[in-house]
Amino acid sequence: MYFAKRVNCSYPAIVLSSAPLLGEATNGAVLKLTPSGSWTVGNATALENLFNVVAPAIQKSKGLKIDMADVGELDTLGAWLLEKVKRSMRTRGYAVAVVGVADRYAGLIEDISLVNLNTPATRSEQNLLLARLETIGHSTFGAIEDVSVFVQMLGALGIAVFGVLRQPRSLRFTSLIYHLYQVGWLAIPIMALVTFLIGAIIAQQGIFHFRQFGAESYVVDLVGILVLREIGVLIVAIMVAGRSGSAYTAELGSMKMREEIDALSTMGLDPVDVLVLPRIIALVCALPVLTFIGSMSALYGGGLMAWFYGGMSPSIFIARLHEAVSLADFEVGIIKAPFIALVIGIIACSEGLRVKGSAESLGKQTTISVVKSIFLVIVLDGAFAVFFASIGM
Amino acid sequence: MDRSPDQPAIRVSGLVVGFGQQIVIDHLSLYVRKGEILGLVGASGGGKTVLMRTIIGLLPKRSGKIEVMGDDVESIHDRSLYNTATRWGILFQEGALFSSLTSLQNIEFPMREKLVLTESLMKEIATAKLEMVGLTPADGNKFPSELSGGMTKRVALARALALDPAIVFLDEPTSGLDPIAAGEFDELIKTLQATLGLTVFMVTHDLASLNTVCDRVAALADGKIVAIGTMSDLLRSQHPWVKAYFHGKRSLMLQREAS
Repeated sequence: MYFAKRVNCSYPAIVLSSAPLLGEATNGAVLKLTPSGSWTVGNATALENLFNVVAPAIQKSKGLKIDMADVGELDTLGAWLLEKVKRSMRTRGYAVAVVGVADRYAGLIEDISLVNLNTPATRSEQNLLLARLETIGHSTFGAIEDVSVFVQMLGALGIAVFGVLRQPRSLRFTSLIYHLYQVGWLAIPIMALVTFLIGAIIAQQGIFHFRQFGAESYVVDLVGILVLREIGVLIVAIMVAGRSGSAYTAELGSMKMREEIDALSTMGLDPVDVLVLPRIIALVCALPVLTFIGSMSALYGGGLMAWFYGGMSPSIFIARLHEAVSLADFEVGIIKAPFIALVIGIIACSEGLRVKGSAESLGKQTTISVVKSIFLVIVLDGAFAVFFASIGM
Repeated sequence: MDRSPDQPAIRVSGLVVGFGQQIVIDHLSLYVRKGEILGLVGASGGGKTVLMRTIIGLLPKRSGKIEVMGDDVESIHDRSLYNTATRWGILFQEGALFSSLTSLQNIEFPMREKLVLTESLMKEIATAKLEMVGLTPADGNKFPSELSGGMTKRVALARALALDPAIVFLDEPTSGLDPIAAGEFDELIKTLQATLGLTVFMVTHDLASLNTVCDRVAALADGKIVAIGTMSDLLRSQHPWVKAYFHGKRSLMLQREAS
């Protein structure tokens, strides 16, 4: 009873007119119970204790008589406790007599005698090892399902894109612009700020450690290559997954919950065409732009740090940057962006459409969407690194 | 729960409720007797739900007095709303079941929070309530998203009754149910009212419910109670809105069939 204290302290106000009592008297082998007072939920704890006290006597007796003449108030709880005693006697094969029931409670007692007759079999405790194995099995199948959901969404998207190519007018242009504004334009300030800080931090760390070898000027190579090839796109992608991917999942998920998606389908519209395609196209268009802005902002941050902390003037930084990075480095970063955007968009939308009826499921699916898309972004980035290394870029 | 018959279960006097410039409830007075089923009718958007939500303390009032079981709602509001909450149960229009809990856990929830009971007894009581509202123990393991509309309402009613309150507020209990299910629900309310001695305050549009279940009917129009009494009193009322409501095409059709 870990919450006993909290409840008790606020209880006096509900404790009602009269405290419940349970008199017992033995007449030969027959036990006579005389409940009195207020047998209501307000006195729940007291009532349960009363029954624990008489339980041994009930176990010993060979017959039971309940005199209810003195019961002041009775509700479901009180009626059920008495019913339980009656049942335990009857299952042991002894007679139970109830007398003195007030008219107004007869119906309640009658009703209560009809409930809880066949409790459903509780599932037996499972072997811990088996339960563990079951979880592993379920998650394996879950992983397979995840892959198939991803591929299905990719396929549906492919069909939708074909449809748009055949009939360009079928593209939801307003929706596309709206989402482009939401995930692209409105995201610029925060993306620029975060990448600016990341660029500055890399430069500061680089200067601090390279100084020991007198190789401070190489910090430009470090910042330039790292930002253009990896950090720019990665940071932006992770931010987008958290910012826009979660929004996509929550939007589509709540539309699913409120049956809006079913409404669309019954009107003969494909939710993928109407809802998913504009969102994903917006993301695929926005991410390269955001990556470009992010990379420039990171280089700017790195440059400022090199100037103030490393004492390297901007003109020298730019000249060194010119030598250090090539167009290929920039291309490697930007080429990855649309693919990463596609992955984020597909995960976000398909998780949104997997939301079931409850608020809890919406939260769960949104979490899964963000975690999964960040994970896949990093895996994809690794795959691209291997690919670019093998083609010599 | 003092059950002296002279004291009304709910007494509202001079109640004013408004939002911004708009006055929804305008100097309304109403009382509900102990142990009766009062039906409240009114135009859609006419403030029925607002009145109910104000009585249970979910909306602020501008002026007026609301007494529930003899206590001023205002005075018991802050600290011991906790205690009042055990005196009334509320069935919300959409059920408002907690979607992360099963039906049985939904019914156990008020008991778990307010009472000190052993886990097994709590489960037995919750199952008993579930059966009293006409569901099976197996339904107790379902989540709200797996329940049909009628089942949701039943579970919500069982949750409202979890602490054996003296008063239950029902907000459109039969809306969205088919006539058979609605009839069963009416029957259920009537039975529970008889067995548990409940006072029921019911907001409804269902003329059949009004006819069969309600002891008295109150009509809310222009922010006031314009007519109150038994169904036959209301049918004789001369107020234009009440006349339109009970003597409209749909109402007449139902009444003809009923008679």
